[in-house]
Amino acid sequence: MTDLATHVFTGLGVLFFLAGSVGFLRFPDIFSRLHALTKADNLGLGFIALGVAFQAGSWRQVALLALIWALVLLAAGTVSQLVARHALRERDGR
Amino acid sequence: MTWALDATLCAMILAVALATVLGRGVFRAIVFFVVYGLLLALAWVRLDAVDVALAEAAIGAGLTGVLFLAAFGRLARSGADAEPPPGRVNIAAALASAALTGALVWAWVALPLPGRPGPELAEALPRAGVENPVTAVLLNFRAWDTLLESVVLLAALVGLWMLARDEAWTEPLGLPQHVRPGGVMASFGRILPPVGVLVGAYVVYVGADRPGGAFQGGTVLAAVGIVAALAGLVRPPRVTRRAWRAALVAGPAVFLAAGLGGAALGAGFLTLPERIAGSAIFAIEIALALSIAVTLAFLVIGPPETGLEDQ
Amino acid sequence: MTVWLTFMAMGVLVSLAGALVRVWRGPGRADRMTGAQLAGTSGVAVLMLLAPIEGWATLDVAAILALFGALAAVGFVKALSADGGGDPEEEDGDPVPLAGDRND
Repeated sequence: MTDLATHVFTGLGVLFFLAGSVGFLRFPDIFSRLHALTKADNLGLGFIALGVAFQAGSWRQVALLALIWALVLLAAGTVSQLVARHALRERDGR
Repeated sequence: MTWALDATLCAMILAVALATVLGRGVFRAIVFFVVYGLLLALAWVRLDAVDVALAEAAIGAGLTGVLFLAAFGRLARSGADAEPPPGRVNIAAALASAALTGALVWAWVALPLPGRPGPELAEALPRAGVENPVTAVLLNFRAWDTLLESVVLLAALVGLWMLARDEAWTEPLGLPQHVRPGGVMASFGRILPPVGVLVGAYVVYVGADRPGGAFQGGTVLAAVGIVAALAGLVRPPRVTRRAWRAALVAGPAVFLAAGLGGAALGAGFLTLPERIAGSAIFAIEIALALSIAVTLAFLVIGPPETGLEDQ
Repeated sequence: MTVWLTFMAMGVLVSLAGALVRVWRGPGRADRMTGAQLAGTSGVAVLMLLAPIEGWATLDVAAILALFGALAAVGFVKALSADGGGDPEEEDGDPVPLAGDRND
């Protein structure tokens, strides 16, 4: 049962990663590409963390998985905001 | 199946390395170099060298990227970032690189494979005072190397500070940083350091028994300091502050004191007697982590500057 | 389970390899920097997937990658602000203009 959950959730997660990469390659400009990064990839990472958590042997490992996901979300939110602002000013500055 | 993963990883490392050196444009090379460090951390994990992976992750993802990007920004501001025209090959550099590569290949083929330190290490480990064999080697069996490495870091910082201009010597380290109050960058700089300090202290602390230790934890703490400095949360200190200078030399000083203590107890310089080895290594690790953190952070932040435009 | 997780880790690596094409092509600096950010997230995913295989100490590496996932990009917007120490959210000062071709 736990193995099935791991299969389903990690599989879903990797699908989101692939979708994110396709979006990153195909979207027309930096602002839409940032969506591929911050939405698809971080959802995918959440699914992967959830899937791997079913293999964890202790609650400490589950808590660490959750902390890592939260840190990545913080990083992605910060980066997308700052990089988008930078790109906007670079575009308008010229 | 695992060979397929390793093959994919190796192919990507090679491809990213080639992209770093072959592509035109400094900025592209910097970004590929950051990705390269990240892939190397994955490779170290696959090689079962988690200790090295921790250091590579913190240095590759945390420090070198910021350092190179700051250098790139400085070149761009001083107008010195023009690319050489395409197609021109620097013969001397190409020859030197080829010679170095040839020498490394020769060394790899010619030198005997080092024997795995399995039996001797397993036999000596119970007397080392720690359970992590990497820490036992770094801080006990080969303490000389580690002591000299910590002094080299200090020498590198002194060398960097020599680049400061006379009129800037009493200024705080690095460029003045400013952010929009309450903005995204300021919030990031406030949320991250508590978690980062926790992770860094944890990595130092578990080093005795599991992957981790002074170098890895010190690098994490250095990167936390850089985040806090970039986000304007803390202002880098002046060179003349004595407390910070003490933090820089605390690691080598405690290390030397422990070495002398070993000599005083009759075991010989830098040889830790079994009954004090555990606590001595713990003290060295704490002091060394502090010194490494401060030294690395200062190295990335740079020499004291007035903040005026270059030239 | 080992085979499945290894396979999934490979899937994430392949998706990262695809994304690196964008880092190569650009065209803007922001596009390339975003690619580095994506690589960090992918690295965290691979380390999570390897944790049950390689041992859970890999999560410590993942935690460090996650902590400093944003550091390079923060350094990027800082370095390219007008005086090298700014914030793109501030009102004053324009970012450093691009020298030469856009394709750096």
